[in-house]
Amino acid sequence: MNESMDFLIWTKGTAFDIAVTIFVIGVILRLFEIISLGRKQSLAEAKGTEFGPGMKTIFSRSVPDLGTFRRQPLTVVTGYMFHIGLFVSLFLFVPHIELFRATFGFGWPGLPTPVVDAAAVLAIVGLLAGLWHRIMNPVMQKITTWEDWLVWALTFLPIITGYLAYHRMVNPYPVILGLHILSVEALMIAFPFTKLMHTFTVFLSRWYNGAMSGRRGVES
Amino acid sequence: MSEATLERGINALKEQIDAPVAAFFSSCVSCGMCAEACLFYTETGDPKYTPIYKLEPLRRVWESEYTLIGKVKKALGLHKPVTDEMLEEWQELLYDSCTMCARCSMICPVGNDIAYMIRKTREGMVASGNAPEGVKGASIRAVTIGSPMGVKLSALEAQIKHIEADSGLKIPMDVEGADYLALLSSMEIMNFPEYLEGLAKIFKQAGVSWTLCSTAFEATNSGIQIGSSDIARTLVQRIVDGAERLKVKNVISPECGHAYTAIRWEGPNLIGRPFPFRVVHILELLDELRAAGRIKTKGLETERHTFHDPCSLVRKGGVIDEPRRLMDMVTSNFVDMKDRGTLAWCCGGGGGVSSNEDADELRIKAFKKKRDQIAETGADVLVTACANCRLVIEEGLEEYNIEMPIVGLSEMIADHLVVDETPPETKK
Repeated sequence: MNESMDFLIWTKGTAFDIAVTIFVIGVILRLFEIISLGRKQSLAEAKGTEFGPGMKTIFSRSVPDLGTFRRQPLTVVTGYMFHIGLFVSLFLFVPHIELFRATFGFGWPGLPTPVVDAAAVLAIVGLLAGLWHRIMNPVMQKITTWEDWLVWALTFLPIITGYLAYHRMVNPYPVILGLHILSVEALMIAFPFTKLMHTFTVFLSRWYNGAMSGRRGVES
Repeated sequence: MSEATLERGINALKEQIDAPVAAFFSSCVSCGMCAEACLFYTETGDPKYTPIYKLEPLRRVWESEYTLIGKVKKALGLHKPVTDEMLEEWQELLYDSCTMCARCSMICPVGNDIAYMIRKTREGMVASGNAPEGVKGASIRAVTIGSPMGVKLSALEAQIKHIEADSGLKIPMDVEGADYLALLSSMEIMNFPEYLEGLAKIFKQAGVSWTLCSTAFEATNSGIQIGSSDIARTLVQRIVDGAERLKVKNVISPECGHAYTAIRWEGPNLIGRPFPFRVVHILELLDELRAAGRIKTKGLETERHTFHDPCSLVRKGGVIDEPRRLMDMVTSNFVDMKDRGTLAWCCGGGGGVSSNEDADELRIKAFKKKRDQIAETGADVLVTACANCRLVIEEGLEEYNIEMPIVGLSEMIADHLVVDETPPETKK
């Protein structure tokens, strides 16, 4: 029991500090790496504006075109399932919010645990279905790299260990909780250097797309 | 052009990478949705035609040169470099199977403008000597002769003579101080002279002061298609010089998709300064004349008509409502295709594909998309506003044994134009 407690304490202390540091510095560095490349201002007479259309595309790209959805519904459905499930489990689970409050000094209201529990299941099912789809779909086979498998595993581990810990399905409890925290730390450390960065860069890429189109009078 | 080498190619790719490219590659999660937006994938089912996969050379250069992890990988020898063999293999993916139609750019869930990056990657293909022969030939003819199809001024003058003799209309040439300079595509000069006749008729009636220019009549730009800013700049400069020599206030891009992209959006950036004139697409101008009441039409076509949106007009310039308002002037039975406007499907021959013989077979396969879309509308007549789309569609329909008239929209307006005996004074 003592050893498992020591493990838990280490994951909550030293390991957590290291992971958060790498995550924060890494993300800032990566965003700087991208934005500092800059882009040339277009000299062509504008037909529309950039900022507004860019902001609009940030939201509008969350909704797929119907024809494309019909061609590949599983990508969209599994994508929605695990993104929503992850978001709810991560940000609206009361113990997580308490952790934010303890770390940053502020928090927000959470959802009742049965709702969060359902969201976790949604995320797990979505991720598993997404994995199956990635294995079976010829297009995905063609473009999938080792990094895609890695980020899948890094995303799946925190949610599955969190689920097991919450339901006390592994004994002793401190071990599974420690593994849960450790898996989140692995996710945070890998985050800035992998496709997990899309969490932040998606706002940039959608904005650039919308803005460059908007300037030409195109709704994208 | 300097000698093409792999090193030059990689350097060209490096130079092309900017913040949007870095953001796009950082955001791609390999979801594969872009494949579903691409007619070269949907009509063949071959996953190598997945749009983001076509960008692998550019992605590799971005990763190894502009990311921390890529630099580490390179130092450790874990990086997959771009090689001559790779670029040779990618020629088919970057040229034969991509028209830069940008439909994938509209679909990508993380917002990647894939066509923007294809255009950039082609710069590296040219610099490394990996552009297809057919497109190279067109570019060389464009620079040396003045037109990708080898059409010279004498050929245009011969067509002008014919048109003037047949119609009794005057085609003005090199008129200094005209309001509008009209450009043409080689295909319009050789295959569809009715466009030029239509312009002359409409402009006479609307009292538009216009001219052609003997040193700048060709609007198409092979440099944009092959991916050579040097060639593209030379061709744009010709138009700018012509327009400035004649001191025109506006330049009209003809019924040609990529010519519009070239002169309207890339042009000023290529020559490094804003234009002292406005660039307008012929459909935008016709719609302005319609709105101002300067052109009126009579009689409505009763057969069912549909309209093919040229990709460059809708996804590069937002010219979507103009053709529909113009169609309404002359048809009573207009039906849009299911995916229209910014989601219209390409004819499969843009972006240099139609001048690339290597792509002929694939292009016919990919054309099934357009064929089915047209069939779905039950239309008797197809209207479009791009001479290249028009030829590609004509050829495609013929290949599939479908008979259907294809008409240019400007020409259709000209056919229905109300012509007064005494046209109004030339309005400024």
